[in-house]
Amino acid sequence: MTRVIVVTSGKGGVGKTTSSASFASGLALRGFKTAVIDFDVGLRNLDLIMGCERRVVYDFVNVISGDANLHQALIKDRHCENLFVLPASQTRDKDALTEEGVEKVLNDLKHMGFDYVICDSPAGIEHGAIMALTFADEAIVVTNPEVSSIRDSDRILGILQSKSRRARDGQEPVKEHLLITRYSAKRVDEGEMLSYKDVQELLRVPLIGVIPESESVLQASNSGTPVIHTKDEDAADAYQDVVARFLGEERELRFVNFEKPGLFKRLFGG
Amino acid sequence: MSWLEKFFGSPQPKSASLAKERLTLVIAHQRADEDSTPDFLPALQRELVAVISKYVKVNPDDIRVQLEKRDNYEVLEVNIVMPEPSAR
Repeated sequence: MTRVIVVTSGKGGVGKTTSSASFASGLALRGFKTAVIDFDVGLRNLDLIMGCERRVVYDFVNVISGDANLHQALIKDRHCENLFVLPASQTRDKDALTEEGVEKVLNDLKHMGFDYVICDSPAGIEHGAIMALTFADEAIVVTNPEVSSIRDSDRILGILQSKSRRARDGQEPVKEHLLITRYSAKRVDEGEMLSYKDVQELLRVPLIGVIPESESVLQASNSGTPVIHTKDEDAADAYQDVVARFLGEERELRFVNFEKPGLFKRLFGG
Repeated sequence: MSWLEKFFGSPQPKSASLAKERLTLVIAHQRADEDSTPDFLPALQRELVAVISKYVKVNPDDIRVQLEKRDNYEVLEVNIVMPEPSAR
């Protein structure tokens, strides 16, 4: 059975594409045949984060309009055996993604034996974002511990609960997961940032992980390698934990506690 | 930051708790709005006008559709003002 997972947030710039790339890579590293689709028509970026921008020939809209078939458009990932990328189109035609078209592509991926299809949603609550979440079985809501991101996440949760196919058909609701990114345990400790517990209490969605703020995320995007592949990096390990929890494994939260520097460090700086 | 503050820790303004307080209110409002106005109401009103117009001559303004919340149930109220008998 293919599971469709939307990575969404409402607000832009919180880490949807970074998280989609690493989550999809993590599933593929575990041996699952995985596709990751960029729904951000007109503002394609997943290809850059995945490092396959020079191999884009056909895109999502080409497949929907019948100009290319899925086999031609899917780009095999450089790092993982079982991972394929379907890039977004750079067209400015907003209505290029039709509901029937998206459904057909997802059904074709099911027939091709994919275990997971990750839908990387554009920001906002317009057509592209709605299309990305319409066919989802599960949703990863990416949130920064910051007021506008949390409010927008709550909005997108409301939309998931009313506009998704599962909601419209009265099926079992979309399974929601909260993913907190750009977390600074130090600032939380200082009372300057909302804690993951606060965010979870506000949004009331089960937590799948906390990704610490990390310089390696920018380095990874510079080089076009999803951050989950970086060795000995907190953010990479945190994404590995997210994948493990998604697959039902128990993993304790890491990188959420700030260790105060000792007396020596405080006196002499560090 | 003076060395004293560095040593003992300065009293930080707890902006995070202010953020939480503000968000609690905003989200409660947001959820109440979502619940109270289901998006099918305008469509329902249009279709009711279309159906009733087949039999009686009514103005779109003469039909009011309202959803009201009582304790643990909702009332869908449809109010149709019929035309004067002479106008039929």
